[in-house]
Amino acid sequence: MIDEPTRRLDEGALRALVPRVLARLVRRGEDFDAAEDALQEALLEALRVWSGHPPRDPRAWLATVATRRLVDARRSEAARHRREEATHAQPPPAEPRPAATEEGDDTLFLLFCCCHPELAPASQVALTLRAVGGLTTREIADAFYVPEATMAQRISRAKRALHGRRLDQPGDLAVVLRVLYLIYTAGHAGRVCLAGEAIGLARQLTLATEEPEARGLLALMLLNHARLPARFDPVGRIVTLDRQDRGLWDRREIAEGVRVLQSALALQRPGRYQIEAAIAALHGDAASAEETDWPQILAWYDDLVALSDDPARQDPAAVLGRAVAVGHVLGAAAGLRETDRLRDVIDDRHRWHAVRAHLHELDGDLPAAATAYAQAARRATNVAERDHLVRQAARTRAAEL
Amino acid sequence: MPKYLLLKHYRGGPEPHRPVPPIDQWAPEDVEAHMAFQNHVSELLEGNGEYVDAQALTPARTWVRYGGPDAAPVSTDGPLPETSDLVAGWWMIDVASHERAVELAAYVSSEPGPGGEPLYEWIDVREVMWERPRTTDAA
Repeated sequence: MIDEPTRRLDEGALRALVPRVLARLVRRGEDFDAAEDALQEALLEALRVWSGHPPRDPRAWLATVATRRLVDARRSEAARHRREEATHAQPPPAEPRPAATEEGDDTLFLLFCCCHPELAPASQVALTLRAVGGLTTREIADAFYVPEATMAQRISRAKRALHGRRLDQPGDLAVVLRVLYLIYTAGHAGRVCLAGEAIGLARQLTLATEEPEARGLLALMLLNHARLPARFDPVGRIVTLDRQDRGLWDRREIAEGVRVLQSALALQRPGRYQIEAAIAALHGDAASAEETDWPQILAWYDDLVALSDDPARQDPAAVLGRAVAVGHVLGAAAGLRETDRLRDVIDDRHRWHAVRAHLHELDGDLPAAATAYAQAARRATNVAERDHLVRQAARTRAAEL
Repeated sequence: MPKYLLLKHYRGGPEPHRPVPPIDQWAPEDVEAHMAFQNHVSELLEGNGEYVDAQALTPARTWVRYGGPDAAPVSTDGPLPETSDLVAGWWMIDVASHERAVELAAYVSSEPGPGGEPLYEWIDVREVMWERPRTTDAA
C-alpha cells in the first residue's frame, strides 16, 4: 500500500519493479500468494526507509527484503527483527544488468499467472492490476466502485485459486489480451486512470512478445485513447464521432498507434485487435467526418466478421459495426437490413437500437430515428449514454415537426 | 462487472407464491432463523467479493413535491392504496453477469419463512447504471 506522505519517492519507478521482483520470486519456486504478500510488505518497508537510506540497487533490495519476509513467514518468527533488517538490508553482490528480453520474460510470466484461464475475469483484472500494475487494493477498489474489503477478498480468493497450480507452463495469450482490453474499456475517469494503466500494461506486453495481436491491441488502445479529449464536451455530454472537433485528437498518440499497427500488420498474421485497430486508424486519418474512407472500413469489417463461423451469434458487435459501414457505403436501407440479422440476438441491447436510429436518421426517416433513439435510451446501462440517447430522441423528434 | 440492486419490498410486486402473515406474527424461532439468514447473505456476498452495500428502509413514507412559487412544499403520507409498491431494503452487488445476479436473487428468495420453509419472496433485480463514461465511442 502506498500512502500519501511517501509519494515523494518515485512511485512510478517503484511500481515498475514489482513485476520483476515478483516474477523472480515465483520462478524460484515461491508460492504466488505468499510471494505477493511478502513483496507488498517489502514495498511498505521501502516507502518507510528509502527516503532516509536510498538503496544502491532498489530491485535487489526489494527482492532481499521480500525473501526475508517469506523466510520469516515460514519460520513463523516474531517481527521484532524487521525494522532493523530493512534499514540495513544490503543487496547481494550486484547482478549483471539483465537483458531486455529477460525483463520481458518476467512480465509475460506474471501476466500468464494473473490471467490464468481458470480465474474469473474480475479476478484476472484485479490480480493483474495489483501484481503487474503495482496498484494498491484500495486504488483498484476505487476504480471499480466497490468497497476495499470486497476487492481484497476478490484478490485473496484469486490468489488462493492459484495455489498449487503449475505456473511454469506457457499461458494463454488470448486471455491476457482480453483482460487488458477489459481493463482499458472499464474507463478513464476517477483517481485511477484504468485506460492509462491498460495502455502501460499493453506496452510492457509488446516488449515481452513478438505476437502481432499484442501490438494490435496496443495500437487499438492508443488510437481509441487519442480521440478521448474530443469525446465529451466541457459539461460532460457525449459527442459522437461525426461531430467531434478533430483538432482535439491527440495526433502524437494516433501516430504512435499507426506505427505500432503497421509493425503488427507487417508480420502478416492478422487478428481481431489488428483489424479493429485498422478501423480506428482509418477514422483517425480522416480530416473530417465526410472524408472518412467508409469503403476501406467496410473491407476491414468484412475481415473481422469472417473470423467467426456464426458472426451474428459469436460476435454481434462486429456485425453491428459492419452494418454502420454498410449504411455509409451502400445506403442506410442496406445497413438496416444488416441489423435485422441481429434482431433475435441483441435486440434487447441499447446499441442495436442506437445503430438503427443512426441509420434511420441517415435515411432521412426522422420519426423512425426518434423512436429507435428512445428505445435505445430505455435500455442504456450507462448514465452518459442514456442522457445522450434521450437528447438524440428529443432532437430528431423536434426536427420532424 | 455490472452492479445490481436486489430489492426487497414490504409490498407490491407479483402475486405472492406463498402467502404468509407479517413477520411479527411468526413463531419466534422462525423470526430468528429469517434474520440469521439475512446476515448470512451479507457474509456470503462479502466472502465472494461480490458485496457493495446493504441497507434497510423504514416503511414510513412521505411524498413531497414543489408547492409552487412562494409556497411551502406539499407533502403527504397518505392515504395510499395498500397495493402501492414499497421498498424495504436492498443488497447492492458487483457480479460477473445478469445470470449471476438472478442466481443470487433466487438464493435470497429461499430465505426461511414460517415453519422454516422457504419464503419464495419475489426479489426485484435492478441493474445500476454505470456512471463513468466509456473509453470507446458511443453509437
